Amino acid sequence: MPSKKTLLTPKQPLHELTKTLTGITGLDEITMGGLPTGRPTLICGSAGCGKTLMSLEFIVRGALEFNEPGVFIAFEEKADELATNVASLGFDLNELQQKNKIKIDYIHVDRSEIEETGEYDLEGLFIRLNYAIDSIGAKRVVLDTIENLFSGLTNLAILRAELRRLFQWLKNKGVTAIITGERGEKTLTRQGLEEYVSDCVILLDHRIIDQISTRRLRVVKYRGTTHGTNEYPFLIDEEGISVLPVTSLKLDKPVSSDRFSSGIPALDKMLSKGGFFRGSSILVSGTAGTGKTSIAASFCNEACARGEKSLFFAFEESPTQIIRNMRSIGIDLQNHVDTGLLQFYASRPTLYGLEMHLVAMHKAIKKFKPKVVILDPITNLITVGSVSEVKSMLVRLIDFLQDEQITVMFTALSLNTVVNEQTDEGVSSLVDAWLLIRDIEMNGERNRGLYIMKSRGMKHSNQVREFLISDEGLNLIDVYIGPDGILTGSAREAQMLLEETGHVLHSHAIGVKDSELLRRRKILESKIDSLKSEFESTEAELNKSYIEEAIKKDVMEQNREKLTTLRGKELGTIKSKNKKSKK
Amino acid sequence: MGKAYELRLYVAGKTVKSVTALNNLKKYCEEHLKGQYSIEVIDLLLHPQLAEGDQILAIPTLVKKVPEPVRKIIGDLSNEEKVLVGLDIRAKKIV
Repeated sequence: MPSKKTLLTPKQPLHELTKTLTGITGLDEITMGGLPTGRPTLICGSAGCGKTLMSLEFIVRGALEFNEPGVFIAFEEKADELATNVASLGFDLNELQQKNKIKIDYIHVDRSEIEETGEYDLEGLFIRLNYAIDSIGAKRVVLDTIENLFSGLTNLAILRAELRRLFQWLKNKGVTAIITGERGEKTLTRQGLEEYVSDCVILLDHRIIDQISTRRLRVVKYRGTTHGTNEYPFLIDEEGISVLPVTSLKLDKPVSSDRFSSGIPALDKMLSKGGFFRGSSILVSGTAGTGKTSIAASFCNEACARGEKSLFFAFEESPTQIIRNMRSIGIDLQNHVDTGLLQFYASRPTLYGLEMHLVAMHKAIKKFKPKVVILDPITNLITVGSVSEVKSMLVRLIDFLQDEQITVMFTALSLNTVVNEQTDEGVSSLVDAWLLIRDIEMNGERNRGLYIMKSRGMKHSNQVREFLISDEGLNLIDVYIGPDGILTGSAREAQMLLEETGHVLHSHAIGVKDSELLRRRKILESKIDSLKSEFESTEAELNKSYIEEAIKKDVMEQNREKLTTLRGKELGTIKSKNKKSKK
Repeated sequence: MGKAYELRLYVAGKTVKSVTALNNLKKYCEEHLKGQYSIEVIDLLLHPQLAEGDQILAIPTLVKKVPEPVRKIIGDLSNEEKVLVGLDIRAKKIV
């Protein structure tokens, strides 16, 4: 929350507007630190938009949380009526009054009892206010609704002059005041109070679009400070008012590269990192009955098994229904509910407007602080808003969840049978991962095919897997891609059987062939052997003749030599030979 | 006090309006209710806690406690006619 401190750089010794925290969830963020201290603030709006409650909460929170006593001057409701009205919010006004933390003063203005004659002023009111403020040392004052004076008194000239004096007096008194005013036709308030209270004006609105009402708040003006200028939805529930500071404009969220399992091992295998990133957003879309909720439940179950808190927003089924249904696929969510790790938050989408849903979800998330959030399904939200509204709401939700490092899984129903590349909510571009489940109709049966359309920051399988839901849980099986296309379900089973038979036959055939080959090999080998021995015998014979020949030659040589020596000097050549030999 | 008319005048200090109102009131009462009225003047500057009881906003305020119904007349009571009607004096006369 940007407070006044962060706005001030050390160099600036300038006196900046001091602010008083309201303690109302979200309002302090929008006003960047609360209402202007010591100045009056106007809260205006039509009947029943929560003016009184907001101002009363300002007083009560001030007394409880900031130890600033407050005075509530009620012109409309009596003190005990007010106490009863806010008892449902857990505010015990009577106790606070006894402790002198707050003071409620009911000022009754009844025209029938009052006769005006001549000059007067509202000193009586001032005295009462002063007395009330001083008696408990109040820092906060609420005047609800001062316009009632206009119905009780006729002399407008006096009244207006006195009001001006009153606001000046409040400023001098140094109390942070809230003045409420009924919204007028063209002006912010019926009596033009905004001309007196000019420091801070907050407009409350209660709009009904398509029979669904949404409360909105807007800071119309706030002098001397920056503030959120948008219309912010707010919610009144058993804990008072929560305003939602929506849409942060920056995209500077911290990211985590932590991964965790989706609860379906086969699906994790399809993702290169073995799971989804923490803090990412995952969209599961598919036609009716494709098992989106089952995937979500499995995801949730896995998170709880890891000991992480999960929050399941169910917009279609009641928690007990989901628990019962998931038990049939072997997921026991009740167990996690009992251990407090899982919380369901079921509401009909038509219960309130989108903004309200967002506020409610915001609140539930802030309170429970889960690690994993499931929205099942977001499609139903479309019934309470247009596509662009749903989209902007989801953007804000994703934004918020990323900020909190919460992983979110949305399920979305694709209405068209031809699976579109876009989901109806147009969130597919926003999410980090998108699982698509489509029906594959073939051979008179319907099977589910799951594929990963996208998964940012990691490789993922591009294959279509058959998505099986069984008693044991969810599983993915490689689909058969045969000559006839993708085979699933019983066709796949049949194909598998067929292939198995083929395999057996094949191996048998191979066996026959093998033995034949062996036989032939043996024959050949024996042939080779006989040829070898034949060769050897021939070789031996050849060798024999060679040797004989050599011996013959040798012997002949020797004989010839002998003969020449016997013949003596007949041959010169031989003589010399002999000489040489003599030497 | 037991008077037929119990009147209370709330003032805040001795302002011109308060003084005028008191003087006017006394004058009317002497004229129309002689002997059957009592006037109590409350200065809220001295007793601010008393303002709540009679739901006092404007100063000066004249409150007619008795006879019923309780009526309040605010202002300096300069319009005699209105004061008399407010105090149910004029109405009585007509009846």
